[in-house]
Amino acid sequence: MLIFEQSKPGREAHGQTPQLASDEVTIPQQFLREDKPRLPEVSELQAVRHYTRLSQKNFSIDTNMYPLGSCTMKYNPRGVHRLASLPEFLQHHPLAPEKISQGFLACMYELQEILADITGMQEVSLTPMAGAQGELAGVSMIKAYHEANNDHGRIEMLVPDAAHGTNPASAVKCGYVVKEVPTDKDGDVDVEALKTMLGPKTAGIMLTNPSTLGVFERRIKEIADMVHDAGGLLYYDGANLNAILGKVRPGDMGFDVMHMNLHKTFATPHGGGGPGAGPVAANHRLAKYLPTPVVGKQKDQYVWLTKQERPESIGRMSTFMGNAGILLRAHIYARMLGHEGLKRASQFATLNANYLMHRLKAAGFTIAFSERRASHEFIVTLKNEAKEYGITATDFAKRLLDFGFHAPTMYFPLLVPECLLIEPTETESKEELDRFVDVMVQILEEAKTHPEILKTAPHTMPVKRLDDVRAARELDVVFSE
Amino acid sequence: MSSIPNELKYSKSHEWVRVLEDGNLQVGITEHAQELLGDLVFVELPEMGQQIAVEEEIGVVESVKAASDIFSPVAGDVVAINEGLEGSPELVNQEPYEDGWLYTVKPSNNSGLDKLLSADDYKEHIESEDH
Repeated sequence: MLIFEQSKPGREAHGQTPQLASDEVTIPQQFLREDKPRLPEVSELQAVRHYTRLSQKNFSIDTNMYPLGSCTMKYNPRGVHRLASLPEFLQHHPLAPEKISQGFLACMYELQEILADITGMQEVSLTPMAGAQGELAGVSMIKAYHEANNDHGRIEMLVPDAAHGTNPASAVKCGYVVKEVPTDKDGDVDVEALKTMLGPKTAGIMLTNPSTLGVFERRIKEIADMVHDAGGLLYYDGANLNAILGKVRPGDMGFDVMHMNLHKTFATPHGGGGPGAGPVAANHRLAKYLPTPVVGKQKDQYVWLTKQERPESIGRMSTFMGNAGILLRAHIYARMLGHEGLKRASQFATLNANYLMHRLKAAGFTIAFSERRASHEFIVTLKNEAKEYGITATDFAKRLLDFGFHAPTMYFPLLVPECLLIEPTETESKEELDRFVDVMVQILEEAKTHPEILKTAPHTMPVKRLDDVRAARELDVVFSE
Repeated sequence: MSSIPNELKYSKSHEWVRVLEDGNLQVGITEHAQELLGDLVFVELPEMGQQIAVEEEIGVVESVKAASDIFSPVAGDVVAINEGLEGSPELVNQEPYEDGWLYTVKPSNNSGLDKLLSADDYKEHIESEDH
């Protein structure tokens, strides 16, 4: 039931709200609205119950381990949220003049510096609203670079077959023809194949490292040299940055431009589609094309740098500064952990993944690329189980819900059949990791003895097994009549 | 093992080709391909009259698990498309070699038909992919 459907005219609850001096409104009378906003009219208790019940239907990191590979569902420390909720931040208007915005601008400036340092890039722009928009910005910058060099024949963007789907989408959006680079049997980019694809048409290559296969691209420097020698540029997809903080930097690997998903690596909330934040960073080749505004420092003053000061910028990606509240949380998280803390986060993210991988392997699961060290995530393939017991990755994933684990990413990357992509992150305890292994072992046993339990799972959730085929074929996105 | 009719020709990317009585070439995806994809929810076909080349990406088959490009195994002009798939993509799952066909081309001189695999060779190909 929607909370609007509980609404009764005239019902209100403000009598239960204490009036504090700090609530005094400083907005001039003529700007205050006269009509009430069209909000549901319910009692405080009705509102509390409604949202508490809704939250109980959620699977979230606050209640359950969420090993959703490639998404880095780590815990977002409450302290970060508390600091970002200081009234001075909450009540600051995006159009407030620079002279009364110095505190906020200082945070943004510092975040730019921190991100540039940890990625080995020259400069950062914080404005893209999410990873995919960061990609669009980055690829637009590559395009601007080639155009500025009158290099109009570079129409091809190379993308490995293991890439996130957003990579080819961003390239196509910028007008490029996508060429798919194959992966070799060990999970690295097929360098011999890449050689034959590079040439005067190459605009660049988009790589994720560690890749979505959960392994580090070992020949990255060689690849970078090859692409640069061919006149192309390298785009780094920061989706898996949580594996490498403080260990190795995209800038040092030879990348020219990249985006970061702050809602993954920098512990800002993952929403149902937002708000995200996808800052973009660039080296000396591309920095001048970064989207505006960027925060600059002139003498002791922080200032907005716009298209006027940065004429070669690709322009704006968002209104104002992007998702300011999210950026602020990333800044606080990075400052709380410091460089050493961020490095430790990555170390534990990879340690947890490798621990889980080895335990699951020992328990009889088949690991893709099991000879390689996992990054912060790894892949279990249930190909054999599917053949022997008729149990699919979906069945496994759904059954995990019954035991209080969010399903891992499934059927991605597409290269590995019947796969689960598992990313525990650094914030799970060893006890919880062990419990995950125990449950996986139990489900494997059920697959052998009582496969129907898996096929009809989940059994304990508010919503049982969905007919996802019918849902896709007879799409209905309207909530009510 | 999924069915691989002897009278058809096959591509490594799991399309099949049937030589029709009038010499035109009918194209679909194999039973093995639809098994890998799972239940289809959407099929995007080439347009009538479109000239297509061998291995050109001319459509998409999408399931709840994945979207996969269709690479044309043969070259020619599109003279028929299976319009029934728009409302019933499941035909590809149910009858991949019959009512689940995708499109038909009038072959160009170099249609590429002679380069395709026989049923036996295709069987060997999917077995090697399986390991």
